[in-house]
Amino acid sequence: MSRVLVIAEHAGDKLNAATAKCVKAATSLSGAEVVVAVFAAPGGTIAQQAAQLSGVARVLEVVNPVHQHALAATIAPQVAELAAGFTHVFGPSTTFGKDLMPRVAALLDAPQVSDVMSIESPTRFRRPIYAGNAITTVEIAADTRIVATIRIASFEAVAGGGDARVESASPGAALPTHTRFVGLAAAGGDRPDLQSATKVISGGRALASGEAFKLIYNLADKIGAAVGASRAAVDAGYVPSDMQVGQTGKIIAPELYVAIGISGAIQHLTGIKDARTIVAINKDAEAPIFEVADIGLVGDLFTIVPELEKLIDASRK
Amino acid sequence: MNNSSTRRILVAIKRVVDYNVRIRVKPDASGVMLDGVKLSINPFDAIAIEEALRIKERGGADEVVIATIGPADCQATLRNALAMGAQRALHVVADSPLEPLATARVLLKLTEREQPFLVILGKQAIDDDNNQTGQMLAALWNRPQATFASKIELTDTNAKVTREVDAGLETLDIDLPAVITTDLRLNEPRFVKLPEIMKAKTKPLTTIPLGEIGGAGTPRAKVTRTEPPPGRQRGIMVKDTSELFAELHKRGLV
Repeated sequence: MSRVLVIAEHAGDKLNAATAKCVKAATSLSGAEVVVAVFAAPGGTIAQQAAQLSGVARVLEVVNPVHQHALAATIAPQVAELAAGFTHVFGPSTTFGKDLMPRVAALLDAPQVSDVMSIESPTRFRRPIYAGNAITTVEIAADTRIVATIRIASFEAVAGGGDARVESASPGAALPTHTRFVGLAAAGGDRPDLQSATKVISGGRALASGEAFKLIYNLADKIGAAVGASRAAVDAGYVPSDMQVGQTGKIIAPELYVAIGISGAIQHLTGIKDARTIVAINKDAEAPIFEVADIGLVGDLFTIVPELEKLIDASRK
Repeated sequence: MNNSSTRRILVAIKRVVDYNVRIRVKPDASGVMLDGVKLSINPFDAIAIEEALRIKERGGADEVVIATIGPADCQATLRNALAMGAQRALHVVADSPLEPLATARVLLKLTEREQPFLVILGKQAIDDDNNQTGQMLAALWNRPQATFASKIELTDTNAKVTREVDAGLETLDIDLPAVITTDLRLNEPRFVKLPEIMKAKTKPLTTIPLGEIGGAGTPRAKVTRTEPPPGRQRGIMVKDTSELFAELHKRGLV
């Protein structure tokens, strides 16, 4: 039988939604016992939040002031210790999990399967390579402990309402002091984070200036969307590079993606192809973006975007 | 050459299918077509080389050493890295690809041999997208890691590294020696000039058979199928903004 240890991700006061998706992935191993490990500073309720996730058998809570900030160097040796007796160790394929899990895998001398999209058996997984342009099936040798990161866009969150037992754990692993947290500058101000937003609106070179991006921001704020950009718009200096969507920028999977004045180079399409609905607005009817768009409109963005805003306003009156 | 007073950066690179190539899956699902496809330095690794060179040019290092693991013809990739400005290269000759943990074990051996104060790698290779090797090397080496770096400030004993994380930009202070993996925004790699390509031909390149390094271990993961992703259906075209709005509204998106 599979026994899965899921490493919780959280921001001090709130459990990250990625954890409920990792639990979902773990429960897709039939008959698996799913245990969530929480590394937290004193005084929080993360373990209690994890205990409510449906399908969780137990929560192991490791309380220590050093967990005020999640550091891979500190957490990894403790996870490696807690992993004794587990067949699988899962973490989310977020920057938290991507940073942590390979360090855990190396300490456990275990292979890691990154970005798991689906689980076919306790030893067989499907995962994307080449930025999602191919999907592989990976088989891990029998009797091997497996570390995996779970691609959160591929799994739904489990429901709440569970009531798992919370146990305190105190791994004895020596904690290194060679890595120190200095600070965190939050991205994007009030706008949603590009990587996790359910709606994203991106602008391309056709905006022709940084000022014109105001059109995109206004529309985005109207519908609560994050703002992205094509590589061409970034290279032209209209917006900073952390807004770049595509193979070499951010790979995203929102419910709604609106590409405005973006022609749709391969490297951009690679970054958006998991979006549920793609809308394209472009004056060139031959633009490749229309080949992947669910809804396409050929026309001048400088006319269409303000019109669309007005229609949205009118519908809310 | 590897006396301990030399302040050395080791940069590990991988040769991959060039990022401009639209890859195709073989019809029998046995892998990706690689015959005749343009191969280049993994883009994140080119950023790692550039950062190491900039550190050296600022006087923060004495030597930049490039390492790769791969078949005999990977030497051309190493020559490109030398043409960017690195001093010498190490080629661990392996005919079949290694799993990330095996790669990390080999890099650990090179690290013990070269005694760098810093190892820089790309955060991931754009072929397998594993994003594992740097972290695994840091764990095996029992040293700090700073992944997804977008800014690096060095002192003699420490590195202050800004990391691109989902929540924004996180800054860590880590003791050296350490492993740093690069993100896209760390720098823009330089273009190589022709005279540098000529000069690189005479730079030292050491070949080491994988068997001589040892420790790679036996493979435990096997790719049994490689398939194209499910395609997207071509959608509908609307004729004006009102129709666009109506369609979005109908689908509950605005």
